[in-house]
Amino acid sequence: MLQLDALEIAQGGFRLAADLTVAPGITAIIGPSGAGKSTLLAAIGGFVAPRSGRILWDGRDIGELPPGKRPVSTLFQDQNLFPHLDAFRNVGLGLSPSLKLTAKDLERIRAVLARVGLEGMGGRKPAELSGGQQSRVALARALVRDRPVVLLDEPFAALGPALRAEMLDLVARTLGGRTVLMVTHDPADAARIAGQAIVLEEGRAAPPAETRALLADPPPGLRAYLGS
Amino acid sequence: MARAGAGIAALVAAQILVPLGAVLVRAGGGSGLGPADWAAIRFTVLQAGLSAALSVALAVPVARALARRRFFGRGLLITLLGAPFILPSIVAIIGLLAVFGRSGLLNRGLEALGLPGLTIYGLHGVVLAHVFFNMPLAIRLILQGWLAIPAERFRLAAALGMGPREIGRWLERPMLREVLPGAAMVIFLICLTSFAVALTLGGGPRATTVELAIYQAFRFDFDLGRAAVLAIVQLALTGLAAAAALGVARMPGFGGGLDRVVERWDVGGRAARVADALSIGAAALFLLLPLALVAGGGLAGMTALGASVARAAAVSLSLALASVALVVALALPLALAVQTWPGKAGRAMEAIGHAGIAASPLVIGTGLFLLVFPVADPQRLAMPVTALVNALMGLPFALRVLVPAVAGVESAHGRLATALGMTGWARLRWLLLPRLRRPLGFAAGLTAALSMGDLGVIALFADGDTATLPLQVYRLMAGYRMAEAASAALLLLLLSLALFWAFDRGGRTDAAT
Repeated sequence: MLQLDALEIAQGGFRLAADLTVAPGITAIIGPSGAGKSTLLAAIGGFVAPRSGRILWDGRDIGELPPGKRPVSTLFQDQNLFPHLDAFRNVGLGLSPSLKLTAKDLERIRAVLARVGLEGMGGRKPAELSGGQQSRVALARALVRDRPVVLLDEPFAALGPALRAEMLDLVARTLGGRTVLMVTHDPADAARIAGQAIVLEEGRAAPPAETRALLADPPPGLRAYLGS
Repeated sequence: MARAGAGIAALVAAQILVPLGAVLVRAGGGSGLGPADWAAIRFTVLQAGLSAALSVALAVPVARALARRRFFGRGLLITLLGAPFILPSIVAIIGLLAVFGRSGLLNRGLEALGLPGLTIYGLHGVVLAHVFFNMPLAIRLILQGWLAIPAERFRLAAALGMGPREIGRWLERPMLREVLPGAAMVIFLICLTSFAVALTLGGGPRATTVELAIYQAFRFDFDLGRAAVLAIVQLALTGLAAAAALGVARMPGFGGGLDRVVERWDVGGRAARVADALSIGAAALFLLLPLALVAGGGLAGMTALGASVARAAAVSLSLALASVALVVALALPLALAVQTWPGKAGRAMEAIGHAGIAASPLVIGTGLFLLVFPVADPQRLAMPVTALVNALMGLPFALRVLVPAVAGVESAHGRLATALGMTGWARLRWLLLPRLRRPLGFAAGLTAALSMGDLGVIALFADGDTATLPLQVYRLMAGYRMAEAASAALLLLLLSLALFWAFDRGGRTDAAT
C-alpha cells in the first residue's frame, strides 16, 4: 500500500497537502493545471523534497531514498528515452543502470519487447520509432524494472486519441495489478482505465474515490474544471 | 567524478599559483624597474591599445556590411573569420611578411613605381599583425551585436520613414556603444600577452613588449631575478586588463547563429552598396591574401623539407596529443563538478579553470623554470612543461564549450537517468560521454590546434637540438632561410587544421543525435 502521511509540498507560493492511502490498481489524478498533479508525482518519485510528512510503502518510509532506489518507476511527460541508445538498451537500463546484462536479462528484454508489440525492433534508436512505439519502449522498461509503484505523468499526452486509448489499454493489461498513479487532464482517460481517482483542488489532494461516481456527480471544484 | 572535479580545480589552481609564488619569491630579491623595463611597459600598453582600437574601428563597417547583405560565399566567409583562432601565429606572420615584408608584394609594387619601401618591423608591424589576428574576432562580436537588434525594430524604423542616419542614431549607435568597449577590452587583453608577434616583428629598445623582455632576460642575460620582476609586471598588467574586461565584456561564444541577414529597407542606395562591397572585399583580401601566399609560397619546397623539420613536426604532434589528453582529463571532471555544485562553489571552480586567460604562458613558464632549475635541468623537462602549460591555456576554451554542454545534457536527460539509478560511472558511460561526443571533439580539436601552433613557453625551455614546429619555423626565419620557413609553415598550417578537423570530425561521426 502506498500511503501519503500528512504530506505537505511547498514550492515558492505553491502549496499542496495530501493525507491519503492508495490501493493497488490504477488511480487517476485529476485537477486543473497548476494544481500540482505533476509535483505530487515528483515528490513520490523523489525529485521534489516535501516540506513535511512521510511517504510510506508497505509501512516503510521511502522519503529519504534517492529516486533510483525507491520502489517506484516513473514515465515522464517527455524525455523517457535516451536518444543515443537503441530500444533494447533503453529497456535494459531498467534491469541494470550500468547495462551489465546477463543472458537471462537479454531473454527477458526480448520477451517484454514482444509483449508490448515491438518484436524485432530492439535495434532501433528512438528517432527511428514512431511516437506510439517510443511510448511502448518506455512502458517495456517500466515492466522489466518491476517496481510495485508506477507513476504516469501524462506520458501519452502527445499521442492522438486512438493511439492514446490503445496505450491506456496496454497499461491496464500489463500494469493493472500494481499501484499505478496516472495524471490526466481528460476525464475520459480516467473513466477508461482508472477505477479510482484523486481530485486535487485548492491545495489539497482528496482521498481516492470511485472514478465513475466522481464523474457522475462531481464536487464543485471538479465540476468547474470539467465545465459540465 | 564530480568530486574528482573539485580535486582537479585545486590541482589547476596549484599549477598556476605555485609557479606564481616562485616568481614572487624570486622577484623579491630582484632590483626595481629600470628605464628599459618602463619602455617595455609603455610599448606593451601602446601596441595593445592601438591594436584593439584599430581592430574594432576597422571591424565596424565590415560587420555592418555582413549584417545587411546577402551574397554568395557569405556563410563561408563568416566561418573563415573564426579560423585565425586556430591559426598558428607564426604561419600568419610568414604570410604577412610575404605581403608586407622587405621583399613582399607591397614593397615590390612600390619599387616598381619608383617609391621608397616600407618596413614591417617595429610598432606598426606588431599592430598590423595583431589587427590581422583580432579584427576577425571583432567582426564576429560586432556582427552578433547587429543581429541581436530585433528585426521588428528595423521594420518599425522603416515604417516611420527613418533613413540610414536616423537608424544609425536610434538603433545602431546605442548597440555599438554597448558592444565596442567589451570587444576592445578582450582584444587589448589578447594583445598584452601575445608573444610570437613581438618576437618576430618587434624587438630592439623601441619595440619590446614585457612578454618579450621576460624571454630576453632568460635567453640572453640569464637574469632570473629580472625575469621574475618582469613576470610580476606582466601579471599585474594582465590581471588589471582581465578584471576590466570581465566588467565590460561578454566573452565571445563559438556558437553559430551568425548566418541570419537583417532585413533592411534603408540601404538600397548605390553609395551604401559600394561601401559595403568595398568593406567586405578589403577585409577578405587583407585576411586571405597572406594565407594564400603561405600556401602558394610553401608548396614548392614541401617535398624538400629536412629531417629537423620532420623531427620538430613529430615533437609538436606528440605535444598536441598530450595537451589534448590533459585538457580532457581536466576539463571533463571540472565541467561535471560545476554542474553538480551550482552556486558559488561551481562558479569558483569555473573561474579557476579560466585563470589561464589572465596568467600568460611566459609568466607560468618563468615560475616553472624557477621551480625546476635548482633540482633538474629545465631543458630536459621542456616537453612535459610545454604540454602542461599548453593544457592550462587550452582549458578555458574547453570549459567554455563543455560547461554549457553538460548543463544541456543534464537538463534534458538527467531526471530520467536519476530515476533509473544511473550514478557515477554508469551515468558517465551511458549518458554523458555519448551525448558529449561533439563538444568533446570540438574542444579537443581546439586544444590540439592551439597547442600545435603555440610558440611561447617552449622558447624558454628548448635547447638548440629540440624544437617544436613553430619554433623550428622561427629558427629558419631567423636564419633567413625564408623559402624553407615558408614550407615548414605550410606544413604547420596543414597539421594544425588536420588535427582540428580529425578531432572535430571524430566527435561528429556516429555522434548521438
